[in-house]
Amino acid sequence: MKKFLIAATAGLLAMAGAAQAATLDDVKARGALNCGVSQGLPGFSSPNDKNEWSGLDVDFCRAIAAAIFNDPSKVKYSPLSAKDRFTALTSGAIDLLSRNTTWTMSRDTTLGFNFAGVIYYDGQGFMIRKSAGVKSTTELDGASICVQTGTSNELNVGDYFRSKNMKYKEVIAFATLDEAIKAYESGRCDAFTSDRSQLAAVRLKLTNPADHLVLPETISKEPLGPLVRHGDDQWFDLVKWTYFALLNAEELGITSKNVDQMVNSTNPEIKRLLGTDGKYGEGVGLTADWAVRIIKAVGNYGEIYDRNVGPSTPLGIERGINKLWTEGGLQYGMPVR
Amino acid sequence: MSEATDSAPTHGAGRRWSWTDPKLRSAVIQIALGLLLLFLLWAFYSNAVANLARQGIASGFGFLDNRAGFAISQTLIPYNEDMSYGRAFLVGLLNTLLVAVLGIILATILGFLMGIARLSKNVVIQALASAYVEVTRNLPPLFQILFWYLAVLAALPGPRQSWGFGLQPLFGAIGNGLNAIGLGVIGGPIGAFAAGLGAPSVFVNNRGLVVPRFFMESGGTLLLAAIAAGIVIAVLFSRFAKKRREATGQIYPVFWIGLAIIVGLPLLVSAAMGFPIGVERPQLRGFNFSGGVTVIPEFVALLLALVIYTAGFIAEIVRAGILAVSKGQSEAAHSLGLRNGPTLRLVVIPQALRVIVPPLTSQYLNLTKNSSLGVAVGYPDLFSVFAGSTLNQTGQAIEIIAMTMAVYLTISILTSALMGWYNKRVALVER
Amino acid sequence: MAKISAGSAPFDPFVAAQVLGPEAPPISERGTFAYLRGHLFGSVPQVLLTLFGAWLVYVTIPPMIQFFITDAVWSGTNREACLPDKVGRAVGACWPFIWAKFDQLVYGFYPAAERWRVNIVYALGAVLLLPLLIQSLPYKRLNAIAFFGVYPVVAFILLTGGDMEPKGFLLSWLGLGGLFSGFPAVGGLQLGFWADYILSAILVTALAAFVCRAVAGPEAMRPAIRSTLVTFAVLAAVLFAADIDLGLAPVETRLWGGLLVTLVIAVTGITVSLPFGILLALGRRSNLPLVKIASIAFIEFWRGVPLITVLFFATYMLPLFLPGRLTIDGLLRALVGVALFASAYMAEVVRGGLQAIPKGQYEGAMAVGLRSSLMMRLVVLPQALKLVIPGIVNNFIGLFKDTTLVLIVSIFDLLGAMRAAFTDPNWATPTTLFTGFGFAGIVYFVFCFGMSRYSMALERRLDRARRH
Repeated sequence: MKKFLIAATAGLLAMAGAAQAATLDDVKARGALNCGVSQGLPGFSSPNDKNEWSGLDVDFCRAIAAAIFNDPSKVKYSPLSAKDRFTALTSGAIDLLSRNTTWTMSRDTTLGFNFAGVIYYDGQGFMIRKSAGVKSTTELDGASICVQTGTSNELNVGDYFRSKNMKYKEVIAFATLDEAIKAYESGRCDAFTSDRSQLAAVRLKLTNPADHLVLPETISKEPLGPLVRHGDDQWFDLVKWTYFALLNAEELGITSKNVDQMVNSTNPEIKRLLGTDGKYGEGVGLTADWAVRIIKAVGNYGEIYDRNVGPSTPLGIERGINKLWTEGGLQYGMPVR
Repeated sequence: MSEATDSAPTHGAGRRWSWTDPKLRSAVIQIALGLLLLFLLWAFYSNAVANLARQGIASGFGFLDNRAGFAISQTLIPYNEDMSYGRAFLVGLLNTLLVAVLGIILATILGFLMGIARLSKNVVIQALASAYVEVTRNLPPLFQILFWYLAVLAALPGPRQSWGFGLQPLFGAIGNGLNAIGLGVIGGPIGAFAAGLGAPSVFVNNRGLVVPRFFMESGGTLLLAAIAAGIVIAVLFSRFAKKRREATGQIYPVFWIGLAIIVGLPLLVSAAMGFPIGVERPQLRGFNFSGGVTVIPEFVALLLALVIYTAGFIAEIVRAGILAVSKGQSEAAHSLGLRNGPTLRLVVIPQALRVIVPPLTSQYLNLTKNSSLGVAVGYPDLFSVFAGSTLNQTGQAIEIIAMTMAVYLTISILTSALMGWYNKRVALVER
Repeated sequence: MAKISAGSAPFDPFVAAQVLGPEAPPISERGTFAYLRGHLFGSVPQVLLTLFGAWLVYVTIPPMIQFFITDAVWSGTNREACLPDKVGRAVGACWPFIWAKFDQLVYGFYPAAERWRVNIVYALGAVLLLPLLIQSLPYKRLNAIAFFGVYPVVAFILLTGGDMEPKGFLLSWLGLGGLFSGFPAVGGLQLGFWADYILSAILVTALAAFVCRAVAGPEAMRPAIRSTLVTFAVLAAVLFAADIDLGLAPVETRLWGGLLVTLVIAVTGITVSLPFGILLALGRRSNLPLVKIASIAFIEFWRGVPLITVLFFATYMLPLFLPGRLTIDGLLRALVGVALFASAYMAEVVRGGLQAIPKGQYEGAMAVGLRSSLMMRLVVLPQALKLVIPGIVNNFIGLFKDTTLVLIVSIFDLLGAMRAAFTDPNWATPTTLFTGFGFAGIVYFVFCFGMSRYSMALERRLDRARRH
């Protein structure tokens, strides 16, 4: 007993090597960013057969890794279900949750998180079989609806039906997206509800995408963004300004292709962003040329969008409200100054 | 660790501490263990407090009163989105209990049947029962749940192509059959009766099993009272019959008479009131059937898998229990002139129960715990509703997981206590 | 009899010269006919049962053979091969789906170039386990040490790639980390850590010697020093093996999947739970009230809650209870949960064995003057553990089946990998589901059925041994 206790204590202590430190120092010491992503959502985060991840959310993780390590591949991805994502972030298993998560007040406050920005302005919609002959969400009275548990979608369904004086037959909540899709596809539900971007991605995973359609109505606001834990402001700043850097780069016309020439630009805004004037990067614990590394590795926001979800991809989603503010959209990068 | 309890020989006044002194040693070990446990508890507690404080997470059970906001697909008590997380907890708990209790009853019945079938003289039945036991016991329960859900659900039709079942097709078929073999005298009226019954009212589709809902239009309490009275009278009668049997040797068909009283009395009462029972038939409206009662496929898949899985184990327990009763017992019973049925019922099973009950208890506990696997198919049990939806919407991880574990622990302890009490009663048969 | 004795007739009474052999049973009780009557068609209910059974066989077996073999598709590259309207006939099982996903089912995302390491671990496990299971082979003790002691370390290094880079030991943890921060790493070995380790070992040994001397007198010092040093030496050997850089590419556990994860969890669970279970079982039978209560509380708690709550707790909440930002690997967390759970069940199995040892054995050991620890180690446990081997195997079967639950905490074991494969639109066909379930079912069945047969054979053997 005694011997065993000694051994057990020694083992525990050996594991307990890492002392308390700030997230950025942890990440640097570890040599990799632990990023929570979804379990496979084409366009946002999905692995191929070789377990190489790609997508909008994944590119944001890569941007942060590029800012810190100058190597976008230094990311360890944790595929998380909607149900598990918050506990994973709370417990410190991941440094950053970049997993199409809706920015809500309770999540931002009582759950103990900070949202760094809105990487994709989305809204909740419904997908339904074409054979049902339904053209609008207002015709969904009496339907069975599948939803993924632990999402804001789960809460919106009830509110929406009530506001339209409709009654659903039942709402079946599944623990993972795959389970919900499988159930919808096997006919368990009439409709599947989720964020519209997710619906577009999910549709591609169905056996016959042409048999299904996404209804035109958007029933809620779903601003999706990356989030971090409360309690580490430096890390929060780093994540937030990485997002702004992506937006500012697009606004200033800096792309992954021309960033090397842009370093020589005389435009003061570009100079401040790329670190040739002032050392703004040091404010987030990095070097002055942090934004150069990001843009070189993943491109600006527009490039990321077009590469993963834009009209030329299988998802084919128009920019819409995700255009820059200069083009009438909502994406607005705070000035580097 | 089991030291001799008598104390070591007492030394004189100059007594020295000695490791071989069992009293001292036990004190040292216990103090060390106590300190270690206290340290661990303190470390866990302080770490949790520090971690939560760092992230600014509130703790406490106040969240239970907040509005839940999510829907639950199977509710035994009234529930809607406006009700509280506490109510959702209750709904989930009842769903867990429902599947556990039904599962235990059905698994016991199926398990006993299979256990007896494995001892059958009939080689075909015996081989089939053996195959059943080996296959079901050796496949993981989660595998079976997913199989029943995904594979069977995929094979069922949509609501508009539902398979209808009802008395009409049944009686119609019987009537036609009788007509065909020349018994038109009986077949004719049955066919006419079937035609009068109306469309089928039980449906199976990929939204579940839809059955009519029966409800009392009036006099519900009277009927409940009649049922209660029937049960009381039946129990009293069985006591009386036992006394008579012990005094005179006269045997009453207690089971049938009891059944007749329990069923007959409420039937008589409702007949006196003119059968005030309303029927709400399910009707296809829009996407789904409305009205009636829908048994959701998640529930069916979970129940089916749990029953089939657990029954395999119960069958083995029953078989071992029956084999543990020596052959002489049944031979003696036979030589006293008892037939097979009474031999099994009066001689073998009471003795076998003594061997069967303790392992049966742990199977019941396993079934209850396995019911939490319903989360994999979206069955809204306690784990899915509370440790799933509620946990995600509130983020109160520690409180919620603690409550969930406490509930399962309580169910386990209660079941153990109940079966322990039953086991004592069964064991008393032995003298 | 009366006739013979009463008669005074002049003939000899008949006396049989030898014992007569038994008569053959009547024609109605022997041969095929009697067999059929006794076992199949004895009475009307019997006949009905037989017909019912035959009907059951008829409706289940031929369609299954048809589905899995005769109608099955055996080759192809995507779902086109398994779609009835493309093939032009009824299609049964879609085996190319399994071939396409086979690597994922067996290795998960383990890098293809490194899969030889997994294969070695599989092969080594089989080579070490088989002789352990066959009772008649010699060197059981050595074999057991190799399988339970050395093999896990080897498997760990092969699967993860070793070179763990431990940061610090006792002294660093106590806040003296600065002392060792300047040391370099040589050949993957963290010299700072090892300096810390050696210093810690010396300090702890000295402390143990001092405490033992104070409590138990000078004669207790030597064994205390020896056992502490041995513990540190064994731990050092394990840590050394894990720390040294063997040039293997590191493979993160999140890349593991399929059968690999299933086996890792089941084998780790059973290996870890054995020592813990023995300790808990001894604790539960202890005379010391606190030890007993603590053991009972531990055992009954973990046995009373479902494994998925334990996994959930271990995966998402354990980090909350550990200091600071200490992060533990996701698979390791699930393993902690499984080990806690399995230990409680193992404790009950071992307790059964301890209770089966007659009191005389304890008394005899005490009578020859053995200390309680020696009594347990030399007399009681060897007998008790032998008795509970079938129970341990049964526990292992249960654990093997329970590994499927890790899919609820997003770790993809065999069943999880299979379910992930179901969502691949390239292989969406009407029979994919049944094919997948059929394949996974066969794998689980082969493992579990094989082990249960083995445990039954062992049980029979033990029964025989006890009777003689």
